[in-house]
Amino acid sequence: MGSTVATGRVAGKVAFITGAARGQGRSHAVKLASEGADIIALDICEDLPFAHSPHATWADMEETVRLVEAAGGRIVARKADVRSREQIDAVLAEGLEAFGKIDVVIANAAAIAYKNVLDITVEEFEATLDVNLHGVFNTVQTPVRHMIERNEGGSIILISSGVAYRATPSPDYSAAKTALITFARALANELGPNRIRVNTIEPGYVLTPALDNDKYGERTAELLGREPFASREEHRAAMWDQFKPRNMLPVGWVEPEAISNAVLWLASDESRYVTAEELKVDAGFADKSA
Amino acid sequence: MGRVEGKVAFITGAARGQGRSHAVRLAEEGASIIAVDICHDVDLIAMPLATREDLEETVREVEAIGGRIVAREADVRDSAQLEAALADGIAAFGPPDIVVTSAGVVPFVPFPTMSEATWRTTIDVNLTGVYRTVKAALPSMVEAGKGGSIVFISSGIVFRGGGLVVDYASSKAGVVGLMRSLALELGPHGIRVNTIFPTNVLTKMLDNEVFGAVVSNAVNEGRPFESREQRVEAMRGMLAARNMIPLGWIEPKDISEGVLFLASDEARYITSESLRIDLGFGGK
Repeated sequence: MGSTVATGRVAGKVAFITGAARGQGRSHAVKLASEGADIIALDICEDLPFAHSPHATWADMEETVRLVEAAGGRIVARKADVRSREQIDAVLAEGLEAFGKIDVVIANAAAIAYKNVLDITVEEFEATLDVNLHGVFNTVQTPVRHMIERNEGGSIILISSGVAYRATPSPDYSAAKTALITFARALANELGPNRIRVNTIEPGYVLTPALDNDKYGERTAELLGREPFASREEHRAAMWDQFKPRNMLPVGWVEPEAISNAVLWLASDESRYVTAEELKVDAGFADKSA
Repeated sequence: MGRVEGKVAFITGAARGQGRSHAVRLAEEGASIIAVDICHDVDLIAMPLATREDLEETVREVEAIGGRIVAREADVRDSAQLEAALADGIAAFGPPDIVVTSAGVVPFVPFPTMSEATWRTTIDVNLTGVYRTVKAALPSMVEAGKGGSIVFISSGIVFRGGGLVVDYASSKAGVVGLMRSLALELGPHGIRVNTIFPTNVLTKMLDNEVFGAVVSNAVNEGRPFESREQRVEAMRGMLAARNMIPLGWIEPKDISEGVLFLASDEARYITSESLRIDLGFGGK
């Protein structure tokens, strides 16, 4: 362990982040590390049969490790599946061994089938819930026990979605992400006396590999009823035009860093009395009349 | 480099309490402040409002940390007064990037005996006052073409019923409708509009004998409290039960941290957001 005194808005805190190999999860890890936190990171680092788009790889996670360390942070990064309590707890044990505590939990890992309600099978529906809802339960329960025992409070941040407020053609994803809001409210109420805060963030469109991939390009072409895209750039341009009218601010999507800024605020003591909050970072998506 | 370095913030109700705290916190992070407050009591509002000395204290605190401030007496019920104060501020610092509407009143009157004049006064300050504040600031913001961040201070009371506040609750809920439609209209200009919902904050708005009587009726069988300490302790017990985190109230600076976040470019894609800083009050 180094002897340097960390500085920054979350200096000295330890954050546990799921889905941290790329996209938003990686961005949160790097942002928190740059503000003085140590990171415990996990990601499944393999594709899921039911999920529409390719998931992260171990090489992605190695890049997260490099970026966190370049930002001056320490990190324990492991391959683990949020559907397995055993795997999560093994990573947490290693993280606790290295850093001694957990102050912040960011439940970010997610999957999506991208099928209409008439096409999706019950198995696929359950598979999404397994990752996006049961996986979140799995992610938070052990850290909460640790936080209660340690008795110094904590901040739990669940990444929900703007789909909680507006209809989208993804019944599995919508159901799971919306359930996180009431789950967070119940958890916040139960853990208030322990000064453990539980909040959700509802991102609008964010350009990460979850959208910016060829499989999702096929889905976009299908939804728009047009020919397949000739290139990734053409797909991106079409998505920007497709999403922009749904936002109040004149943008198609926001960067992962915009979500990380909110994560940082909720993780820090600046928000020490914020709990059961639904924080939308969405360019005005949720409140815009269609 | 501060988090709102080089920005100009126009703040109403800035003489004391939350408004003063926002002025100091934003100045600490590099903003220049245009501060207004009515600085006198208002008919039909029993609670004592801020004074000229309070506003001078805000100026002292902002300047003590190296900040710049133009402070003027102005009533949010009077557009001409707001425009005159802003003109002075703009002459000194340029057009506002940030607007914080913190001016507010609460008469604590039971509905059966509330006069229409009282109702109208509360709405005029808390809702139409917000309209006038934005109306006064907007032309210079749009003309500057740099976008901006407007932060309304509503109240947790919007999410739950409370006694003796039908006028206050209605005015604070009205602000939410104003926010959503304004956010939609101003989005193309890159101007964001968000609302903060505080739980109880122990400022002069609650720490006074008018609210003390409300507390006394609720938990002390209407008997007057013997001291401020006794009143504050009774208040703490009564209010803590309503929050998920069982504290009676939070500090003005906790609201200021939310204002700072929404005012800064960290929140550049946050608009039409209802941000509760409330110990879980709104969801309990």
